[in-house]
Amino acid sequence: MATNFTVNGKAASTDAPPTTPLLWVIREGLKLTGTKFGCGTGLCGACMVHIDGKRAFSCQTQVSEVAGKSVTTIEGLSPDSSHPLQKAWLAEHVPQCGYCQSGQIMSAADLLSQKPKPTRDEIVEHMNTNICRCGTYQRIVRAIERAAGEA
Amino acid sequence: MNRPLKHLETKVSRRQVMVGAAGLSFAIALAGRAGASVLASARTGKELSPWVSIAPDGTISIVSAATEMGQGSMTSLPLILAEELDADWSKVKIVTAPPIEAIYGNPGFQGMMYTAGSNAVTSYYTPLRIFGAQVRRVLLDNAAKTLGVPVDELATEPSTVVHAKSGRRLSYGEIAATAQVPAQAPDIKPEQLKKAKDFRLITKDVMRVELPGKVNGTALYSIDLQVPNMLYGTVLRAPVEGSVPDKIADTEAKAIAGVVRVVRLPYGVGVLAETPWAAFDARRALTQSVTWSRTGTAWGFDSDKAIDRFAADAKNPARMSTEWSRIGDPRGAMPKAVSTMEAEYRCDYAYHAQMEPLNAIASVSPAGDAVEIWAGTQSQTTATEAPAKLLGIPKNKVKLHDMLMGGGFGRRGNRDVDFIIDAVLMSKEAGRPVKVIWTREDDIANGRFRPISAHAVKAGFDQSGKLTAWQHRIAVDRVGAYMDPVRYQMAGGKDFIAMLGADLKGYDVPHQLVEQLYRDTGVRTNPLRGISFLANRFATESFIDEIARKRGVDPLAYHLELLKGTPRAIKVVERVAQMAEWGKRREGRGLGFAYLDYSGSQVAGIAEISLNRASGEIKVHNFWCTIDCGVAVQPDNVIAQTESSIVYGLGVTLTELITIKNGVVEQSNFYDYHVPRMKDVPPMHIEVIQTDNHPTGAGQMATPLVAPAIAGAVAELTGVRLRHTPFLPERVKKALG
Repeated sequence: MATNFTVNGKAASTDAPPTTPLLWVIREGLKLTGTKFGCGTGLCGACMVHIDGKRAFSCQTQVSEVAGKSVTTIEGLSPDSSHPLQKAWLAEHVPQCGYCQSGQIMSAADLLSQKPKPTRDEIVEHMNTNICRCGTYQRIVRAIERAAGEA
Repeated sequence: MNRPLKHLETKVSRRQVMVGAAGLSFAIALAGRAGASVLASARTGKELSPWVSIAPDGTISIVSAATEMGQGSMTSLPLILAEELDADWSKVKIVTAPPIEAIYGNPGFQGMMYTAGSNAVTSYYTPLRIFGAQVRRVLLDNAAKTLGVPVDELATEPSTVVHAKSGRRLSYGEIAATAQVPAQAPDIKPEQLKKAKDFRLITKDVMRVELPGKVNGTALYSIDLQVPNMLYGTVLRAPVEGSVPDKIADTEAKAIAGVVRVVRLPYGVGVLAETPWAAFDARRALTQSVTWSRTGTAWGFDSDKAIDRFAADAKNPARMSTEWSRIGDPRGAMPKAVSTMEAEYRCDYAYHAQMEPLNAIASVSPAGDAVEIWAGTQSQTTATEAPAKLLGIPKNKVKLHDMLMGGGFGRRGNRDVDFIIDAVLMSKEAGRPVKVIWTREDDIANGRFRPISAHAVKAGFDQSGKLTAWQHRIAVDRVGAYMDPVRYQMAGGKDFIAMLGADLKGYDVPHQLVEQLYRDTGVRTNPLRGISFLANRFATESFIDEIARKRGVDPLAYHLELLKGTPRAIKVVERVAQMAEWGKRREGRGLGFAYLDYSGSQVAGIAEISLNRASGEIKVHNFWCTIDCGVAVQPDNVIAQTESSIVYGLGVTLTELITIKNGVVEQSNFYDYHVPRMKDVPPMHIEVIQTDNHPTGAGQMATPLVAPAIAGAVAELTGVRLRHTPFLPERVKKALG
C-alpha cells in the first residue's frame, strides 16, 4: 500500500513497507540525498528533517508515520542556499567533511523557528543531538549566533 | 605512448594548453586531430595527463591530486599552482586526478596516490609551484611573440599578461587559443618563484571549493549515488578477522521481499537486494544464522588482559625488544646516571567514527575484465590496485570515481580496501552494479583501530640534575604489517605507524633510546588521527611533566629549558603560555601543558580543567593552542583543522574506548562509543604563527597534545597522575584513590 505525503512542498509517494525508515525512502526512493545515514539509531542527527515544521530523526521515523504530513529536507530549506543559516554556515566556513552538516542545519533551523534569539546555552542544549566528528562545533555555534543576529 | 585524455574529453574540442608532470613535456591539443588531445611523455612513455588546461574562455582547470575528506586539500593544492600561474581564482575549476601515479603520485609516499599523514601540502608544495610557474612562463613567451615585445617587458595580473609600456593586455584564454608549446618545459629555479610578499592566494583565505555544496545537500558522497540497474548490498562479516563462514542458514533472510540472493564471501555473507531496507533486514536476519570457522589469530583475545601483559613486558628488560631509534649512547649513559625516574603509560584501542559509514559502488563488466568504482578513498592507488588484483585484470581497467569522503581519519587508506572489495565481489556475483552500505554497527564491529600500547619510560639524570639519558620501551600492537604490507615492506619492515614520535625531537637530551616490543594480536588496526604520536607523546610529554613536578619546577619552564636549542618551539610555547595566562591561579581549576614537533609542525597546547571527585568526571573549560606549520597556505583552514584536531583529541583522551572480548569488538553504536558532542567541547583559542618555513602538516597536529595536557592539568589540580587513556570516570576515581 502506498504512503502519500509531501516533501519540500511536492506530493510524494512510496510503496516501501510501512515500517521502513523515512530516511531510506527520502534518500534512495526520492533521491534527496542531502539527508544522511549516520547511525540508524537516532544518536547522531545526520538524518534530521522537519516533519510538519518540527525536527525529527528520519532514521527513527517509520514512513507510515508521515502519511499526509509535510516533510522538509535540506534541499527544501531554501531554493538557493539563501536561508540565513546556510549563509552563516558559509560565512563561518563551518563544514569540513560536510557529511553531518545537513542534519546540523536542519536542527539549527528548528531551534531558530522556536527561539529566534537563543542564548549560547540554549544552542548547546538543542544541538547536542547532532554529532560532528570533524568537531566543527565552535563554528556551528558562531554560525547560529550570526544567523540569529542577522535574521 | 600518446593516449586520449579521457577525463578531459569534454574540453578537448578546442585548442588548449596543457602541462604534464615534473620536467615533462608539453603538448597542445589541436581541434579536429584524431584522439583530440595528446601528450608526449619525456619520462616513462606511460599514459599521462595534464595538471592544467586553459580553455579559450579563460576557464582554468587544475587537477587536485589529493582526495578530500574535509581537510581542504581539494582547495589548497590547486591554489598553490594557481598562485604561481597567477590565475584568476574565480576562473579556476578543480578536476579530481585519475589514478595515474607517474603524474599525480604523492612525493611524500614514494609516489603512491595517498592522502594521509597531513602531508599533502608539504609534499606537493614545491612541485605545484614549479608547474604553475612553468605554465605562466609558456603563456608569457607566447604573449611576447604575439605582441612583438621582449618577454622581460611583460608581467602578469590574475589571468592576464600585461605590457605596461604599451598598455596592451592579453587574457590567458586569448593566449591559450593560439598558444605554441615548447617541446621541453621551461626550466624554473626555486629563486624564480614568487616572493611571499607577492602572494595573492597563498596565506590569504579563500572559500573552500566544495563548501557551498555542503550547506544545501548537493555535495556528493559515494553513499549518495545510484547507478542504473543497481542492487543494494549488505555484508555480515566474520566476528574475528581471519574467520570464514561455515554454515549459513539463510531461509529467513531470503524470504524477505526484495532480497535477490544471499552470497557466500571469503570473509562473510553478503545480501543482494532490490531495496536498501530489504538488504538491511536480511542482514539482520542473518546475524544469528551463520556459524564461523575458528581460524584467525584473535579468537580468545581479550584487550583488558592484553594491555596488562603489554605493560608487564614493556617494563621487563628481559623481554626482547628491537631498537627503533637511538641518539648518542643511551646504553652507556643510563647506568652512569646519578638518579633515575621510571613511569608507565597505557593506551587503549579507539575507533575512527567517520560520520559516513563505509560504502562503495562497483560495477564489474559482464566479462569480468573491467570494473567501475565509486568510493570515498584516501588512496586512489589502493582503491584501484586491490580490485585489479582481485579480478586479475590490469589496473587501468579499474575506473575510479573518487568521491568526497564523509570523514577519513585514517580509516580509508588500508591496502586491502575492505569496503571497496565488498562491492566488487558482490557486483561480480550479481552481474549488476551493487552499492554496498555498512551499518554503523558494521563500521564499529569491523573497525580498524588505533593500536593498544604500553610504555615504560625511564629518565637518567647527572650530578647537576640534568636529564641526560632517556629510554622508551613500547609494547604495541602492529599496524603497518597489517594495514599496508606493501608499504611496510618498502619501509624495511619498520612499523612507522606504531612507532613515530616516541623520541624527544627538539629536546636537549643527549642520549635517547626507543625500543619496540612488536606484538601481533590479530586485531584489525589502522592509523587513526594523530597516529602513533597520539600514544607516544602521551607517554613522553606526560613523563616530562612528571619529572618537572617531582623536581619542583614549573612544567612549562622545564619544557622551555629542554627546548632551548629549538627557537621555533620556544616561540609556540611562549605564545601559548601568554594566551592562557599560564601561572595565573584559578580556583578549582588546573592547567596542563604539552608541546610537540609533529613532522616539522610546531604545536603547543594548554588545557584548563576541573574535576568532579565524586564521579571522576573531567571537565575541560578551555583549550589554548599555537601552531607554526611554516607557510600556512590557508590560515583559517589551519585554525579549523586545529579545532578539529583538538576535539578529536578530547574524544580519544576522555571517552572513546574500544574493548575486545574473545576477539570480538564489544561496542556497537554511538550509545556505547562516545564521541564528543557540542556539550563536551570547551572554547578553543587557536593562533597560527606564520613563518616562512616550508609548509608542514595541519590536519591532526594538535590531537596528540590533548591527553598529556589534560593529564598535566589533573596532576596540577590533584597531584595524581593519569596513566591510561581514555581517562574514563571510573579510572579517574580509582587513580584518585
